[in-house]
Amino acid sequence: MRKISVAVAAALAIAGLTTLADTSAAVDAAKVEATLKTGWPNSNDEWKKRLDQDETMKVCSATRNNPSKEQFKAIEMREKATIKYPEDGKLMGDWKAGEKLAQSGYGMRFTDYPPKNPNGGNCYACHQLSQAELSYGTIGPPLRHYGKQRDFSAEATKALYEKIYNPHVAHPCTNMPRFGSNGILTIDQIKNIVALLMDPESPVNK
Amino acid sequence: MAIGRMLGALALGLVAAASLTPVSDRAVAQDQTEKELEKFRAMLKADPFANPGLLDADRGEALWKAPKGEAKVSLEKCDLGKGPGVVDGAFAELPRYFKDVDRVMDAETRILWCMEKLQGFNAAEFKKKPHPGGGAPVKDVGAIATYVASKSDGKKFNAPVSHPKEKEAVEVGEALFFRRQGPFDFACATCHMDPGKRIRLQGLPSLSAPAEAKRVVGEWPAYRISNTHVMTMQHRLLDCYWQMRIDKLDFGSDVSIALTAYMVNNAKGGDIAAPGLKR
Repeated sequence: MRKISVAVAAALAIAGLTTLADTSAAVDAAKVEATLKTGWPNSNDEWKKRLDQDETMKVCSATRNNPSKEQFKAIEMREKATIKYPEDGKLMGDWKAGEKLAQSGYGMRFTDYPPKNPNGGNCYACHQLSQAELSYGTIGPPLRHYGKQRDFSAEATKALYEKIYNPHVAHPCTNMPRFGSNGILTIDQIKNIVALLMDPESPVNK
Repeated sequence: MAIGRMLGALALGLVAAASLTPVSDRAVAQDQTEKELEKFRAMLKADPFANPGLLDADRGEALWKAPKGEAKVSLEKCDLGKGPGVVDGAFAELPRYFKDVDRVMDAETRILWCMEKLQGFNAAEFKKKPHPGGGAPVKDVGAIATYVASKSDGKKFNAPVSHPKEKEAVEVGEALFFRRQGPFDFACATCHMDPGKRIRLQGLPSLSAPAEAKRVVGEWPAYRISNTHVMTMQHRLLDCYWQMRIDKLDFGSDVSIALTAYMVNNAKGGDIAAPGLKR
């Protein structure tokens, strides 16, 4: 009986490996990139450029978001170098403005040009934040009581600012956008979102 | 009417979920919300004839059979892969390789190609605005695709992956599914890989997992209540890239066909239930 299950497990493992091997061996990266170009023949250069990948995105795509130890370290270093801090050294802004940004999914779609509003952070699309907002997504972890759970500490505030600015430093190949490094949000907007999570008066911490 | 009632019930359900939820228990809140959403999803499927998409399937059938263009011919000579004029079961075997064009095509791309070849339809002009705006009905090509899909309703997906170009489409589609790009670094996989996730209140199918792909891919084209029209797979893919902050995906491009081939291959053996009815 035991022998059979071992044999079955071995067979399954081999089948699994074969499937993986088939896929990775067969996909020619050049073919994928050539196919990609067929998708947007009429786009202008600015929009075509959006299809280009930097080194981090290349590695994350190729490894299906599971970088090796070395790749992990390289992403961490590279992305850390892109973080810029507020000139006045203050990492927290206004949580009320932060809540508006967390609600807003506006910005950077082809229907958003020319821009009518500032870009949003759209935090609720993926995260639970304040208790009152029931319409929240679950792609990211729930962030209710974020500051409270961290004793509103200065270290946690700095770590959070960096996570919003570029989450790949703490979590290489995360699903979360690089809001600061990719120019989605301004430093002031990021400060307001930091306040939404870290201000003791914010509904997130109530 | 039925749809209005459903949306009303959903709204009430969410309010009920909110007021019944213990303030401190996040897990319970999550659970209640999921339960109410599940009720809404079940209501959408309760009466199959409440689906307005069926009207577009009927419209598509009339368009398929109507003589058009200078030659005054219908599309009844169009070969969707099972021989000229065979509509029954054709959608279940698409995308597939077509020798006459030496490429893989999905239903919509093939229909447009037939309209151009048989009826002299201006495909280039059509591709400038292939999808309806909010509130407008699905365009004729989409209506025909809805009809074609409905003629495979109840059948199982069985698109061929034997020709090298069919294999290549599936493999390239898979790579594109995981390829991250744009200012938000998004891939299709960002939202559609892990099972059981939501964006706001909208459930996200895990399209890389055969079990879930089998359950949902066959529901497209689908009537989207929030858009009040039928949305085809070509339109749905454009919408995904729109969310990824990428430009308008070209109708019938190899990107759209490869991604469709990948999803349909994951859904192999899954039931076709088209047109579906979506939130």
